[in-house]
Amino acid sequence: MEAVSVPPFERFYEEQKGPVLAQLRRLLGRDAADDAFQETFLRALRAYPKLEHGEYLRAWALTIARHVAFDARRRERVTSADVPDLESVDEPLPYEELHRLTADLPQTERAAVFLRYGYDLSYEEIGNALGSSSEAARQAASSGVRRLRRKELS
Amino acid sequence: MTVSSELDARFRDAAAAEGLLDVAYELHDSPVGKLFVAVTDRGVCEIHYDADPDAEADRLARLFGTRVLRSPRPTDEARRQLDEYFAGSRHEFDLEVDLRPARDFGRAVLEQLARVPYGELTTYGTLAAKAGRPRAARAVGTVMNRNPVPIVLPCHRVVGSTGSLVGYAGGLDRKRTLLELEGALSPLR
Repeated sequence: MEAVSVPPFERFYEEQKGPVLAQLRRLLGRDAADDAFQETFLRALRAYPKLEHGEYLRAWALTIARHVAFDARRRERVTSADVPDLESVDEPLPYEELHRLTADLPQTERAAVFLRYGYDLSYEEIGNALGSSSEAARQAASSGVRRLRRKELS
Repeated sequence: MTVSSELDARFRDAAAAEGLLDVAYELHDSPVGKLFVAVTDRGVCEIHYDADPDAEADRLARLFGTRVLRSPRPTDEARRQLDEYFAGSRHEFDLEVDLRPARDFGRAVLEQLARVPYGELTTYGTLAAKAGRPRAARAVGTVMNRNPVPIVLPCHRVVGSTGSLVGYAGGLDRKRTLLELEGALSPLR
């Protein structure tokens, strides 16, 4: 099967900006979503040159958005009841197997596993995309894999 | 969900300001139609007539890297100078051009082309000689036809040895218009 080539960023952005904004608004509410929107696509731009194929870009964009939202909420320590809980809006995403397989992992581990094994990104790139260090990305991916193995054995 | 034009423009500006783009482009209205104007951090890399932006983005991504984004601000200076050129107030472009994809003879020809002054004509054969291959007039024609930055690199000033306009990637009407603007050709009656 021939790999889908990485599209120009313009096309990626045009295709993903609507879904990303929708997800950010669900997670953060309208106002905070605007700042998170820009941060999401800047992180995507930083990691973009290292993408090796153009598959699952929707999932990739939404994963970055989720992490930007998570960071924003952690920074602001929002406790207000009208902001939806991050864990409660875990909607199904349009990529199949890896997503289903990793569904029970904690959020960061899941993203790290996905980006490492679904996208073949280096830990440095994953760290860039998720806004963490490469060492943290490596640890998240390996503890995610350990957790998946334990689950498989049990 | 619709992204507001303010939010959209803010991201496009930020992407350029952060230095994260391989290529920034914008579509620009001119008296010879809509121009696709693209720049890298090294200079203007493409001006295209009647462009299909999607196809151009694909092409630029292959040449310069995948981070190709419509982002007006980095193209402002080039577009301002184009406006001045069309208004008749600018005779020389003060712009860097990024010719990285051009090779060998093609690059040598484009470098010679850049020296042809405003309002003057030269021939394919003359350019071929200046680029070191006097018999390569036909090859010069091919280089002109693929000139990545027409107008700024003035391939419209290159004509046949008999003075006929010969050809132009943007169409002969545009070649004639540019030469009339420069006073190199009297308007057709």
